[in-house]
Amino acid sequence: MRSAKTLAAVAIVAVATWGLASCAGGPTGPAEPTEDIELRMTVWTSNEDHLALFTEIADAYIADHPEVASITFEPLPFDDYTSTVTTQIAGGNAPDLAWVLENAAPDFVSSGALLPLDDVLENTDGYDFDDLAPNALELWTSGDDLLAYPFSTSPFVVFANDDLLAQAGQPTSAQLLADGSWDWETVSEISSAVTAATGRSGFVVRDFDYLNWDYLSTVWNGWGAAPWSADGSECTFASDEMVGAFEFLHAAAFDDSAMPGPGTSADFFAGEAAFTVTQISRANLLPEGGFAWNLLPLPEGPVGEYAVTGQAGLGVLAQGKNTQAAADFLAYFTNPENAALLAQYFPPPRTSLLDVDTLSAANPLLTPEQIESVVVPAIEDGVVRPSHTDSAEIGQQVRAALDGLWVADADIPGTLQKTCDAIEPLL
Amino acid sequence: MTTSVSPVLPGRDASRPGSPPRRRPWLTYQRKDALAGYVFIAPQLIGIVGFVLVPLVLIFYYSVHEWNVLAGTFTFVGLENVEALFADPQMGEVLTATGIFSVGLVVFNLSLALLLAVLLNRRWRGVTAFRTIFFSPVVVSLVAWTIVWGFLLQDNGGINGLLALVGVDGPNWLREGPTALLSVVVVQVFKNVGLNMVLFLAALQGVPRELQEAAKVDGADERQIFGRIVIPLISPTILLTVIITIVGSLQVYAQIAVLTQGGPGISTTVLVYYLVQQAFDFHHFGYGSTLAILLFLIVLVLTIAQWQLRKRWVFYEN
Repeated sequence: MRSAKTLAAVAIVAVATWGLASCAGGPTGPAEPTEDIELRMTVWTSNEDHLALFTEIADAYIADHPEVASITFEPLPFDDYTSTVTTQIAGGNAPDLAWVLENAAPDFVSSGALLPLDDVLENTDGYDFDDLAPNALELWTSGDDLLAYPFSTSPFVVFANDDLLAQAGQPTSAQLLADGSWDWETVSEISSAVTAATGRSGFVVRDFDYLNWDYLSTVWNGWGAAPWSADGSECTFASDEMVGAFEFLHAAAFDDSAMPGPGTSADFFAGEAAFTVTQISRANLLPEGGFAWNLLPLPEGPVGEYAVTGQAGLGVLAQGKNTQAAADFLAYFTNPENAALLAQYFPPPRTSLLDVDTLSAANPLLTPEQIESVVVPAIEDGVVRPSHTDSAEIGQQVRAALDGLWVADADIPGTLQKTCDAIEPLL
Repeated sequence: MTTSVSPVLPGRDASRPGSPPRRRPWLTYQRKDALAGYVFIAPQLIGIVGFVLVPLVLIFYYSVHEWNVLAGTFTFVGLENVEALFADPQMGEVLTATGIFSVGLVVFNLSLALLLAVLLNRRWRGVTAFRTIFFSPVVVSLVAWTIVWGFLLQDNGGINGLLALVGVDGPNWLREGPTALLSVVVVQVFKNVGLNMVLFLAALQGVPRELQEAAKVDGADERQIFGRIVIPLISPTILLTVIITIVGSLQVYAQIAVLTQGGPGISTTVLVYYLVQQAFDFHHFGYGSTLAILLFLIVLVLTIAQWQLRKRWVFYEN
């Protein structure tokens, strides 16, 4: 018995010591390999067409680079993507390259987690670095360093179900646009009428679900509101503009039945709503022969026309084992020729590719007119969804505070002030 | 004249009397037996060391550090995380939610499990089918179970649809503080009540019939028999289920992540959910480790307390 205890104690101490030692890390990592390099890139898509294209580009690269043995694209679930990548880094298993969500961009960009790319991109023959739109690079730049390539700039638009509008005796979305009455007030009125006449929902901010509040930036930007100041140091949730935006949303949900209330789901693409605010990439959810639909820009708010985009970046992890090889591959992966291929699925940051032909090929469901009038202006002028360092913690604090808004008799200014009180220490 | 024959001992050369005895080999029968025992328990022991004890040690190590994963820095901060724990404005609400959730779960689960076990301990037609029905959620995928309940509990979901049929305007279950916590408790109870029910059923079937019959002869009614005879005899099982259910209630994460994400506000943010959130969503590994130690201490204290209290109320026949 005593020997059993001794044995167990020795085993525990030995393994614990090893564990501690291995986690303590050393001052410098091992030298990077120069042959049999195996690159790994994390992505949040499982789309077979996307992965086939990535593999095609990777195979072409490997053919010219014998030192690279393989390039693996590792799809991770979208909902836990950032946490999973972070956990991989913590476990000493950082991917060589990773997609980065826009809301995590400030954390990745400011922390030194990503390798600066300027030198490798500018020194790659034929890369045409100046073709990258400066406003697209803004979120991914720290000081003079570009730390990730914004491979996708996807605008938020409105899809309309014209069949449902007609069924409710309302004008079609094209008529609304032509009449100059494509604004949030009119959308809300028509949405109420649709709900009253058909029992279906009016307008839905897709993916918001009363949890993911940052999707509401597609509405509050129409009021000229923002969650915090441009430098991210001051909370502006309690501003008059934001109060106005939330008064509109609250009335739409609780007074006018213009949008589904909390705990109620309505899927536009299943024909359950008249309008939805979402990204153009969702066009692939439109059912074939399901209903007559149209694509429109975001409705005008009190400040007039505006546009909002979502972005995603591709970066090289500084804690990866093959940083130089990864950076070199990133330069190849995003060169003009491959950027044109990727533009089939991801609106590119290259100005030379922001034309109707390229984007029409990428979105065969959309007409050239829709691309020209809605998509291109939104990509060029759109404000990127809000992001901040510590975005997950801030996001959680805001979500918890805003829950106070989603009741019938909410104190909107008071709740927004409480939201600021909750996040001020984190800004 | 009697001659005694010495037994030939292992390692002893009996053919040469007078020669110095050779040393016994290290691997005696006793040691062989012990070694065989260690080989048998090795897989479990390695698992416990690797996945329980080492992480436990590391948790204490991480709790005195701040680890910025993205920057790759690992800084010793001493007791700063403990100070942060005491200064955390959300901690009171988190612990309250944890306490309400655990108490609600334990009381509701054990009461329902015992009631079902008593009902299904009778010889009815179809009783086996009912036992199967109540036990089946235990083997259903937890996340699938929770997602289905998520749909049912929506404002325009199945539960409120049923209530509307009888003229009741149901609440928005997952979006209002009290009902959100109650909903998570109920979903968890229905998921696992079958397990405790089976344990109680086994215990009830182990209660000797003659004791109950003797009590009946002495004039005891059903309630007295159950309270004075059955409950004391199944008290070891009650202790086991109480410990299992309390420890389990402090480890509920997936249901909350799927149903409420800790909301509305932080009314359903229990300690383990908060811990995961801090460590893996906010990347505060040091603070998350400190919360893990707090959770460990709570479980430890509750288990020790129950173990000590068992002497007062658990009846062991021998």
